[in-house]
Amino acid sequence: MAYLILAFGTTEVNWARVWEGLPRGAQFVSAFFPPDFTSRWEEIVEGIGESMWMTVVSTVIGIAVSIPVGIGAAKNIAAAPVYYFCRGVLALSRSFQEVILAIFFVKLFGFGPFAGCVTLAFATIGFYGKLLAEDIEDMDPAQAEAVRATGAGFLQWINFGVQPQVMPRMIGLGLYRLDINFRESAVLGIVGGGGIGATLNTSFDRYEFNSAAAILLIIIGIVMLAEYGSGYLRQWMK
Amino acid sequence: MVVAIVADAKVWRRRAPAVQLAMWAAWLFGASIFLVCWQLISDKTIWPFVLDAPVQAADLAARMVPPDWGFIAKLWRPLWDTLNIATLGTAIGILVAMPVAYCAARNTTPSASLARPLALFIIVSSRSINSLIWALMLVTIVGPGVFAGIIAIGLRSIGFCAKLLYEAIEEIDTSQVEAVRATGATGAQVTAYGIVPQVMPAFAGISVFRWDINIRESTILGLVGAGGIGLPLNAAITTLAWTQVSLILLVIIATVVLSEWVSAKVRHAII
Repeated sequence: MAYLILAFGTTEVNWARVWEGLPRGAQFVSAFFPPDFTSRWEEIVEGIGESMWMTVVSTVIGIAVSIPVGIGAAKNIAAAPVYYFCRGVLALSRSFQEVILAIFFVKLFGFGPFAGCVTLAFATIGFYGKLLAEDIEDMDPAQAEAVRATGAGFLQWINFGVQPQVMPRMIGLGLYRLDINFRESAVLGIVGGGGIGATLNTSFDRYEFNSAAAILLIIIGIVMLAEYGSGYLRQWMK
Repeated sequence: MVVAIVADAKVWRRRAPAVQLAMWAAWLFGASIFLVCWQLISDKTIWPFVLDAPVQAADLAARMVPPDWGFIAKLWRPLWDTLNIATLGTAIGILVAMPVAYCAARNTTPSASLARPLALFIIVSSRSINSLIWALMLVTIVGPGVFAGIIAIGLRSIGFCAKLLYEAIEEIDTSQVEAVRATGATGAQVTAYGIVPQVMPAFAGISVFRWDINIRESTILGLVGAGGIGLPLNAAITTLAWTQVSLILLVIIATVVLSEWVSAKVRHAII
């Protein structure tokens, strides 16, 4: 409670500036009626397309890399040194915000979707690998033991003893991550990582609120579609 | 069991041929989508820059050590702002999320045809727009500073909290609600004594969880001018003061780890 009062007290708010901005806020809200899809249509299409490719590529690469890392980070499978190494990788990838990572990857790889892709793939490793590792740790050891008793090698053991147990949840999480990556790809453009964010940033900078509103509506629409789509897909998989 | 005849002997197969073929087709389709996307990105990439990356990384790493420890004196204030943005933003988000979740849950919504779709739309739009974009908008509207950051975090938190909260409300035990109603309680009393106690633990867990996420998110809001530790980070990067950048990154890691520890402790205490 004392903290809250202190927090309120030390927060500097320039109320005059806020007051001054309110008409602009109203102007922004009115820009949604109607949004301007046409004047920047080509840039919007290109940006959305780029965001989508980035999403697909980064999710696939991220999940592909996170599978060995996740298996290595499961305590009941991996040896201690492997376990600590993989946990370290996961912690590293999870401790930074995507945007901060993107700043550095843009520095390293130059502007464009490639840097954004690497960022998203890297962030995916932390998310997916951690959940995969936790899922493997929670699995039923009896089934895995039974497969091992048939004399299966390590890869066969993973393939027939572990994988079927974690698969249904992992497919759902993969779709969820696809969704997250699309949303994140919308901001990477602000720091030069490609995608729709660059277009959005430009339209804000030029005070073209109608175009910005159109882009936001498109993003919301696609995310909504993806959410319903993945919901149906998950039900169908069960 | 599926078998194939190979040289007059029955051999076990995992799947029927048609299923196997369909799966191959699905994999082929998926792989070709991936390759097409990769091709499109590759076209837009300047490969010499990418190949140059190891050299660049080594160069950057060399410039970043040792961190400029003296700079930390100027970081306490932005760090404090970051904490405030996360905490006050979470508080606002939760306050708004409560009625939204109440309207969105199938079993408590006042009207399934009007209030519920509206609440779901609020949840989806808040969730699909990143807090950085909210901040970008709010900076143009209310001006740069901590206030824009707080509102941005708040707006972003609404969707997340409301979604988890309404799912918790939908999963409550209806017999308890029924029992409270049987005593002759009014609608508000049923909510207060039948529903609220049941979702309270989930609610507390969600708030702490979101606060933890918000700490992470509020570290970057400064990049678009919305206050917090992102402000000196952005300044340090644009002036190429890499020793300061590395210090700020260390401070961010420490804060994130600390907040994760705190939220884990609090969640354990609640559950």
